[in-house]
Amino acid sequence: MTAPLLDVRGLTVRFHSRRSSATAVDDVSFSLAAGEVLCIIGESGSGKSVTMRALMRLLPERRAEISGRIGLDGNDVLSLGDRALNALRGDTVSMVFQEPMTALDPVFTIGDQIAETVRRHRGASRAEAEARALELLKLVRIPSPERRLRAYPHELSGGLRQRAMIALALSCQPKLLLADEPTTALDATVQIQVLVLLKRLQAEIGMGIVFVTHDLGVAAQIADKVAVMYAGRIVEYGPARDVLLDPRHPYTIGMLSSTVRGQPRDRDIEAIPGSPPDLAALPPGCAFAPRCRFAVDACRAALPPVEEVGPGRSARCARLAAARPAAAAAAPA
Amino acid sequence: MWIYALHRLLYAIPIALGVSVICFALVYLAPGDPVQSLIPADATEEDIAAIKRLYGFDKPLVFQYFDWLGRALTGDLGTSLQTNRPVLEDVTRAFANTLAIALIAVTLAFAVAFTLGTLAAYNVGRPIDRIATSISTVGVSVPNYWMGIVLVIVFAVNLRWLPATGMGATGSENFDWLDWDSLKYAVLPVVTMAMIPLGVVTRSTRSAVADILSQDFVQVLRAKGLSNTRILVHAVKNALPQILAVMGLQLGYLIGGSILIETVFTWPGTGLLMSKAILTRDIPLLQGTILFLALTFVLINLIVDLLQTLVDPRMSRA
Repeated sequence: MTAPLLDVRGLTVRFHSRRSSATAVDDVSFSLAAGEVLCIIGESGSGKSVTMRALMRLLPERRAEISGRIGLDGNDVLSLGDRALNALRGDTVSMVFQEPMTALDPVFTIGDQIAETVRRHRGASRAEAEARALELLKLVRIPSPERRLRAYPHELSGGLRQRAMIALALSCQPKLLLADEPTTALDATVQIQVLVLLKRLQAEIGMGIVFVTHDLGVAAQIADKVAVMYAGRIVEYGPARDVLLDPRHPYTIGMLSSTVRGQPRDRDIEAIPGSPPDLAALPPGCAFAPRCRFAVDACRAALPPVEEVGPGRSARCARLAAARPAAAAAAPA
Repeated sequence: MWIYALHRLLYAIPIALGVSVICFALVYLAPGDPVQSLIPADATEEDIAAIKRLYGFDKPLVFQYFDWLGRALTGDLGTSLQTNRPVLEDVTRAFANTLAIALIAVTLAFAVAFTLGTLAAYNVGRPIDRIATSISTVGVSVPNYWMGIVLVIVFAVNLRWLPATGMGATGSENFDWLDWDSLKYAVLPVVTMAMIPLGVVTRSTRSAVADILSQDFVQVLRAKGLSNTRILVHAVKNALPQILAVMGLQLGYLIGGSILIETVFTWPGTGLLMSKAILTRDIPLLQGTILFLALTFVLINLIVDLLQTLVDPRMSRA
């Protein structure tokens, strides 16, 4: 087996401010082969977006302390110099952001913004870069691409802007695409279009994708592997099918049973009680314990270790055996 | 874009008319009678009436305004009551003198302020930011006439490096940008004049650029692998409309001539001309000068508006 495209080991991100510090990402490890799609699932504040930004070192350097190891296509991302890092960004790895309304520079045309990346990394001439930009707009199925090339971001709808953003991210045929909730800010119909587009492009270009979402439906659509994050830690990790159909961690079980999936109208949706913890004051044990109905004293006393629960599957829970029957009950018949 | 430019141009006409009404009316709001200063104390009633007729002061104000406006449109701003020279001639000569120092002052101030402000925005909280902020605070808050006097004491009186007042050896010669003997008279007024725009523009450049740098799309630019220089180009282009607006106002103030600075340095520009006109109740001269300066201000604003639209395409939709 060849070395994975992306290999993350013990990634930890701490934010420091004058008064306190918080661990937003804690000892996160995962890997991704070329052409694979990994979905990171979690609620807001679980550290999924921070993980993504850490992968490209986009966090403010003076406030965010990143440790661990990020191996990307043979590079050790955390030890790269600025110049080498900039050469990697936008070329080998690129990112699609959540908010298409604010992610593009308002005073440059769409074409200029795409061409800029092509010229930066490919050393192409202005005309070549513009031709490439046009090609990309066609690739992401933007209607009347010639006209859109000269349009400014405010002249496009949210869906079109997100397509333009994807075109921008794909401009140098990246090996790894980081997609940070790229469909969250869009209308439901547009969401599906963008998702289908990403899936098709992924198959055509064969790039690896790390896809962050809080939407389990989206994850089921696109993922090969799934990592469930809670309070900065990966609590469950494994092949998408296995994790989504046979969840082991109480948090994953709770999350899956709280999604609306054709329940009878008179039955309440099972929501997870409580709310996510404050990252600046995490409990010493399992961060999910205060909300977990299986929790025992041992859960609160010390952080449970990561346990293998199947081929390529792991979960960080001390009560896997107790949670199992509940999971079976929650799984769709 | 061209349609927008035409719109702006048409909007400028009512503004200019409004300005002319204010210029005309302002002078009449001030206490005192212009005729009083022209006549000897022992003049008879008939003499006074004759003088009033001669200058048109006997007609109703509205007629006086339209007479004045009609003549102003043909370039005739009347004759100075004191010197009997055409007002336009006096105003344009003074304006050229003010322009000579104002242009050097704005060029210097804008160049330094723009660089300082951008550097500060890139290094918020670091020493360079503190220095820039201190400079801008000093620039904005130190009264410039006081600054002028201090500069005169240090560089003209104590050190004797530079002349204290006037424009040339005889007080008011023709200004020559390339001749040090002439240029040295401009050094102190220019430095004094540059202080306020330096402070104001530094501060607004800093806040505008820092604001842009904190926006989402800058992170996208970093994710594209762009260098800091290239990101600066984006940040500056985004901040430019805001900076241009501030620069336009400052340019307007400086070109209007500063009564205080020109008085301290007896620089024969529009500021000095206006203060002379006020002290001698020379109404045609005062009206003419104010009108000329106000219209220049309107013109600068128009240019700034059009430049902003060139930089930011969203503006022309507003």
